Amino acid sequence: MGAYVLRRLLALIPTLLIASVIVFGVVRLVPGDVLDLMLSENAYSSNAPEDRAQLEKALGMDKPLYMQYLSWAGNALRGDLGESLWRNTPVTEEIGARLGVTLELGILALLIALIIALPVGIVSAIRQETLADNVGRSFSILALAIPNFWLGTLVVILPALWWGWSPPTEMTPFFEDPIENLKTFLVPSLILGTSLSAVIMRMTRTMMLEVLRQDYIRTAWAKGLRERSVVLVHAVKNAMIPVITLVGILVPILFGGTVIIEQIFRLPGLGQLLLEAVSTRDYPIITGVFLVTGVVVMLVNLIVDLCYGYLDPKVRFDR
Amino acid sequence: MNMKADVTRRTLLDVQDLHTVFEKDGNEVHAVNQVSFDVKEGEILAIVGESGSGKSITAMSLLRLIPSPPGRIVGGRVLFNDQDLLDLGDEQIRRLRGRDIAMIFQEPMTSLNPSLRIGRQLAEPLRVHGSVPKEKVRERCLELLRQVRLGDPEKRLDAYPHELSGGMRQRVMIAMGLACLPKLLIADEPTTALDVTVQAQILELLRDLVRQNNSSMMLITHDLGVVARYADRINVMYAGRIVERGTAEEIFHRPKHPYTLGLMESMPRLDQAPGSRLTPVPGQPPDLSDPPPGCPFHPRCRFAEARCRSERPPLEQITENHWKACWVDTDAKR
Ligand SMILES: Nc1ncnc2c1ncn2[C@@H]1O[C@H](COP(=O)(O)OP(=O)(O)OP(=O)(O)O)[C@@H](O)[C@H]1O
Ligand code: SF4
Ligand SMILES: [Mg+2]
Repeated sequence: MGAYVLRRLLALIPTLLIASVIVFGVVRLVPGDVLDLMLSENAYSSNAPEDRAQLEKALGMDKPLYMQYLSWAGNALRGDLGESLWRNTPVTEEIGARLGVTLELGILALLIALIIALPVGIVSAIRQETLADNVGRSFSILALAIPNFWLGTLVVILPALWWGWSPPTEMTPFFEDPIENLKTFLVPSLILGTSLSAVIMRMTRTMMLEVLRQDYIRTAWAKGLRERSVVLVHAVKNAMIPVITLVGILVPILFGGTVIIEQIFRLPGLGQLLLEAVSTRDYPIITGVFLVTGVVVMLVNLIVDLCYGYLDPKVRFDR
Repeated sequence: MNMKADVTRRTLLDVQDLHTVFEKDGNEVHAVNQVSFDVKEGEILAIVGESGSGKSITAMSLLRLIPSPPGRIVGGRVLFNDQDLLDLGDEQIRRLRGRDIAMIFQEPMTSLNPSLRIGRQLAEPLRVHGSVPKEKVRERCLELLRQVRLGDPEKRLDAYPHELSGGMRQRVMIAMGLACLPKLLIADEPTTALDVTVQAQILELLRDLVRQNNSSMMLITHDLGVVARYADRINVMYAGRIVERGTAEEIFHRPKHPYTLGLMESMPRLDQAPGSRLTPVPGQPPDLSDPPPGCPFHPRCRFAEARCRSERPPLEQITENHWKACWVDTDAKR
């Protein structure tokens, strides 16, 4: 299996290269130009062409786009993603400072989603058409229908209006004070996790219902096993295979959610960095953020594939 | 070879007026309709009938394994050692499953859990019923696999179902059924996935093990050849009802019901490819949600009379060891 993981990791490189070409190109297609922004913002003497040319040269943007890409990619391979156009800080540093926040938010949201979705989905399936099932399904429809930016905004605004309370916006690093840190993350990750749980729950319920109809479940009952064993030992493991796939697919969507939630709760994560970089056309930052999220998404998919090996004995990693 | 029907034998299972329906598109499908039969201690009782006649649903109803919804047992009694299984609580029936009554299912390819090792699945009934001390479980599993003649049992315990052939899986299912030495073993087409020589081996094995443990077996099959060799008594099912019953000897040598006669005529002969199955009787079985009035067999029956179309014949005793549900004296008309 070690060899398999290594091969998968190496396979990330070409995928990332292709992705980076696309990202690099698309970012430059965004209307508006960093040069214009800088010239007007910094109130350079005038909008004189010679200033513009000078600035363009200083930022390395006078060369053709493909040359810019090649030098960027060459550096990227060595772990250098360039510098922010505005702050002159290395992109890796900017991202490094924010990645933790987004990862923590994403992981907590995913955990919360699973903690809600799996039990509710399973109970919903084994108690099909009962009160528990109907409550679970109504909850999931509600969670699907309510956009999380709306819920997030309400959570920030209403308590502030009613009780003058608002969620903490000062971020304490996790390793300094985990409790304070989790307090900051609790509400945003609950909101993100709840909306994510709806899809996972529906999939869990559907797959459990499917698995519970299988012949081997009947065999399990016929042996005299308790309901607990029939459900947890015989059904859940088989039902989880498609659920895990879904979780893999949801990760990019989850990232989209963190961008919005970070904004609402003023969490200094990648989402904030990205939004700021887009509005200032800070190309290296934008490209860098996309590259890093791409790596994260691909790693998650690798983990998903490894989970298959555990859940489904037919999957083998020795090819 | 067949035991004479022995009135002195104790009744182990006494099924009375069992009635199981399925909800289907708003209709009730009467899969098992007022079925009564008994199984004596130490006996091998066969249930035969064409596909869809309700054999498996009868068997699953006994253990209350009917998927619900859409299925429901709407009436009858299932007396096992004089206790009505249909009255038991969920926990009581659970304790009985696999320990006192075990069932081998018809579908060996799909009846094992694909994600658990054979050893784990085989050990489950032993563990849950505490049939052998914990440290002896593995040993007992190996013994069971040897009994069903599965080669290389040590290796098989660690295998997953997809690594075994259909025949091997069927042996595992049989081993699982026998694990707790049940008093009643229900074997639903236990040899479908096997070739003919292995079929005979397995059936002999089942018979020997059942005799050895002094248990009883309910053997469900399409194959009259199998029935002739291994069963003591036979119930013939048609459209959810028992239409003829008797000792194997009676049913084979003096069949009375037109449906049974049809089955006999279609029995594979030696010149046919082994395992080939004939459509036993011309025509289709009735729609169980809307069975024809009168005798359910009348649309396909060459003996049918006016009365058959309006009145349903009850299952009545005609000689000491023979019952039939038919208005007509088929011997006189042949
Ligand atoms: N899940 C179900 N939903 C609706 N009807 C069902 C269901 N299962 C069985 N039935 C009905 O019950 C009838 C009897 O089915 P059963 O499986 O007992 O037949 P069988 O005699 O075992 O046939 P075979 O020899 O093919 O195994 C079928 O004809 C079908 O109409
Ligand atoms: S009762 Fe009539 S229709 Fe039914 S089997 Fe006998 S002869 Fe045929
Ligand atoms: Mg069947």
